[in-house]
Amino acid sequence: MPYLASANPEIQRPVSTSLIVLSVLLALFLNGLPWEGIWLMLRPDFVAVVMLYWCTHKPLRVGIGLSWAVGILADVADASLFGQHALAYTLLAFGGVALHHRLKMFDLRQQTTQVFGILALTYAVYALVHWQVNGYVVWPYFLGCLTSTLLWAPLSIMFQSVRRMRVDRE
Amino acid sequence: MTDSTQSFQFFNRGPSPAVRLVFFVVLSLLLLFIDARYRYLESTRSALSVLVSPIQRLATLPGMLWQQAGDFFTTQRSLVDDNKSLHQRHEYDAAQLSQLQALQHENQQLRNLLVLPQRDEFTAQSAEIVYAERDVFKRRVLIDKGANANVQVGQVVMDDTGIVGQITRVYPWLAEVTLITEKDHVVPVQVLRNGLRTIVFGAGDTSQLSLRYMPISSDIQNGDLLVTSGIDGIYPPGIPVAKVVKIERDAAYPFARVTCLPVAGVDRHRHLLILSGLPKPPERPAEESAAQNLKTKQKK
Repeated sequence: MPYLASANPEIQRPVSTSLIVLSVLLALFLNGLPWEGIWLMLRPDFVAVVMLYWCTHKPLRVGIGLSWAVGILADVADASLFGQHALAYTLLAFGGVALHHRLKMFDLRQQTTQVFGILALTYAVYALVHWQVNGYVVWPYFLGCLTSTLLWAPLSIMFQSVRRMRVDRE
Repeated sequence: MTDSTQSFQFFNRGPSPAVRLVFFVVLSLLLLFIDARYRYLESTRSALSVLVSPIQRLATLPGMLWQQAGDFFTTQRSLVDDNKSLHQRHEYDAAQLSQLQALQHENQQLRNLLVLPQRDEFTAQSAEIVYAERDVFKRRVLIDKGANANVQVGQVVMDDTGIVGQITRVYPWLAEVTLITEKDHVVPVQVLRNGLRTIVFGAGDTSQLSLRYMPISSDIQNGDLLVTSGIDGIYPPGIPVAKVVKIERDAAYPFARVTCLPVAGVDRHRHLLILSGLPKPPERPAEESAAQNLKTKQKK
């Protein structure tokens, strides 16, 4: 597809459905580890970062609907209100899909700043819903937003190498 | 499967992202509203939990392996020490228990004499904490007994020393326990020393409890033990809940600020007891009829 060639060839690399499913399941698993105390506050939202990765890299495969469904599963896993994660991840996915053109032009560091904005919005929406329903906000919760952002670069590199491996094998 | 069809899907993308965004945002808000207001979706939740719980179970494995490794490397010495202290404890407890039984008997007879209803016994089943809730906002734990063990919403959960919390949600194989330290969780209590009735609130962000609306003049001291009063018909009476650790009496405010610490290891233990079979209190007399009576009397 020469007419689609861009600064970042990563976007065009094919990806198997099993990799997407596996990564989301793994993210749910990592979110589900028994984090406690300060580690719980510092825990990045693995599911959010993985969904954002797929939304920006494969917007036609993973979009708003799928993110919403994953959000519902996250709601069940975390016993949060139905729709709380789903709402946050819907906005996350929209941000990702809207950003995916721009992201092709950026290197990892520039991507990280963009990603921070989307994740901050996601976290803010989640906290806002909680504040509306329960009337208070736990501020250290937003620490997770920073660690999630920091996770973007290593995660991108990891997915890149995994996908490259698969392409080479084919 | 490759994405070579990507460029051909250009004309067949379905609704635009903005339309999808609006659709799913509205759907989420609707679900939020229904769940927060009416709690209609509990059955859907437990159905979906069947999908998610394998992942959750898997996620508890590393912690369990770590614990088992710790158990494996426990030294003979510490086991012997443990055994010794437990034996001592057992002897001490047995002595106290025999006294207690005598007292219980006496209490029963006295209640018979005074024609008071007998104190109800409650049964308990043990459960183990599977994991703590992974949400910074909440103080909840999940235990390994659910609808399969006939656990019901509203049952009280305690450990060997005092009240830990209350069951708030039941899944097929799990149940969610809201800890007494959860923000605005309420337990009706009584000061053991003088029988003063009050209500203890969870503080939420710390593992503390507080007594609100205690007049400055009320008779409460540091170190007072608060036990459940049993008035609500949910918590059985006489189980330790908290100990008063700090009292601030400021004349500028009508109420004293009383801080307590829970007696039970609310975030320490792994094994808990679920109390069941509490009797329902008799129905509250209807207030309307009383008001009507008053009115009719006034008319006469």
